Amino acid sequence: MRTGRADARTIALGIALMMVAVTLVSPFPARAQGTPRAVEITAKRFEFTPKEITVKQGETVTLRLTSEDVTHGFYMKALGIDAAIEPGHPTEITITPRTTGSFTTICDHFCGEGHGNMHMKIVVE
Amino acid sequence: MSDRVDRRRFLKIAGTSLGIGALYSVAPLLGADGEAGEVARTLWKKNGEKLKPFSFIQLSDTHVGFSGPPDPLGTQAFERAVETINSLRHRPDLVLVSGDLTHDSEKPGVHADRMRQFKEIAARLKVGTVHCIPGEHDAGLDGGALFRDLFGPTFYAFDHRGVHFIGLDNVSRAKPEVGPDQIAWLKRDLARFPVSSPIVVFTHRPLFDLKPEWEWFTSDGDEVMNVLAPYENVTVLYGHIHRHHEHTAGGARHLAARSLIFAFPDPETTADKKPLPFDKDQPFKNLGLRIIEEPKGRADAPGRPTINEVELTAREYSGTVGINQFLKEGAY
Repeated sequence: MRTGRADARTIALGIALMMVAVTLVSPFPARAQGTPRAVEITAKRFEFTPKEITVKQGETVTLRLTSEDVTHGFYMKALGIDAAIEPGHPTEITITPRTTGSFTTICDHFCGEGHGNMHMKIVVE
Repeated sequence: MSDRVDRRRFLKIAGTSLGIGALYSVAPLLGADGEAGEVARTLWKKNGEKLKPFSFIQLSDTHVGFSGPPDPLGTQAFERAVETINSLRHRPDLVLVSGDLTHDSEKPGVHADRMRQFKEIAARLKVGTVHCIPGEHDAGLDGGALFRDLFGPTFYAFDHRGVHFIGLDNVSRAKPEVGPDQIAWLKRDLARFPVSSPIVVFTHRPLFDLKPEWEWFTSDGDEVMNVLAPYENVTVLYGHIHRHHEHTAGGARHLAARSLIFAFPDPETTADKKPLPFDKDQPFKNLGLRIIEEPKGRADAPGRPTINEVELTAREYSGTVGINQFLKEGAY
C-alpha cells in the first residue's frame, strides 16, 4: 500500500513537471485541455493587427476580435467567417479550417475611405 | 409563338461605354423571316406596352470629391463624358448612374456639397431623365440618409418604352447585401410582369461572387438572382469594380461599367487592389469609350458581338481637340 501511494505521488509530480515544461516551451498561452487556442485580432480603420495569422489544418481556433474605433466586418466565405466587430463588444468566432491555403479576410462593413483595402490573411498549413 | 425564335435573344442591347459606363440601344431584334415580328406582337400583348427602340446610358463611379494620385483631374472625366453624351447625334432617353456618385467625407457638410456638385454636373445632361442609385461611398457611412435627402429612394423601379427598370441598393446596409425587405419588395414588384418582359436591373456591387477578397460581391446576390431567374430577358448593370466585365449566369447578362475617376486592375492577373497609376500622357486611359456592337444577323442565327475601344483624349495633354475618340478594333 505504501509503495502504491509513493508511486502515485511520483506519477502526479511527474505530470505536474511535464505540464510546467510544456507551458514553458509552448508558443501559445496555457489553456485548459480541449479549449481551442485563442488568437487576438484587432481592427481599426483601415487595418487588422496582426496582418497574418497561421493555423494548422483541422485545428480549432478561437478568434477574439476587437475594434478600436468603429464597427468593422470580418468576412471570409471559404472559411465560413462572417462577423461584425463592434467597439466595446469583443466578438469571438471559432473555426476549424479543413483546407490549406492563404485566405484573404476582409472588413465588409463600410468604415470609410480606406475600407476597400482593409484585409488580413489567415494561412492554413 | 414560334419556338424557332430564342426569346432570350429577342432584346437587342448594344452599348457604348463612356468611361462612365455604357450607351445601350434597346430594340426588338426583327429577323428577316418575320418570326421575330410575331414575338414582338406577343410581347406587346402580354406586357401591355409596346417595346420601342430607344437608347440609354449607364454612368458609374464618378466619385465627385475624390482627389489623389490615381486621378488628379477630379471631375474632368465626368464633365467631359457629359459633353460627349450631349454631343451624341441621337440623344439617349435615360441616364442610369450605378453608384459612387461621390467620394465619402466625414467632414460636416462636405459630403453634401459633393452630392450637390454631382447634381450640378449631371444637370447639364440633355437627356430625358437621370436615375441614380447609391454606392458604398455615397451611403455606407450613414445608411443612405444623405442620399435619400438629395436624390430620393435608394431603390425603386420604373417602366420605359416596354422595358422594366429596377434600381437595387446593395450598399446602404452595414454589409454588402440587398437585404430581406428589399428582396420582398422585388418579388412584389415583379409579380405583375410576365416572364417575357425585358428587365434591366442596375445596382452598384456585382450580384455574383466576382472577387470577394476585393469586396466585389453581394452576399445575398444569389437570392436576388433567384427572384429574377424565371424572367427571360434580364440584364444586370453594375459599377463598383471600375473596369469593364461581362458575365452570364442563369440566362442573365451582367455588365460592369468603367469608372470616371480611375481604373482598377484585372484581379485575375494582379494580387493587390490598387488603382492603376495615372498616366499624364493618357489621362483618361481605361476610362474611355467602349462600343459593344451586337452582331448583324438573323434572330435565330446571331453572330459574335464585337467591342471597339474608344479612348478619351484631353486636349491639354495630347494636343488633340477635346474628347477625340479613336476607334481601335478589339476582339470579343
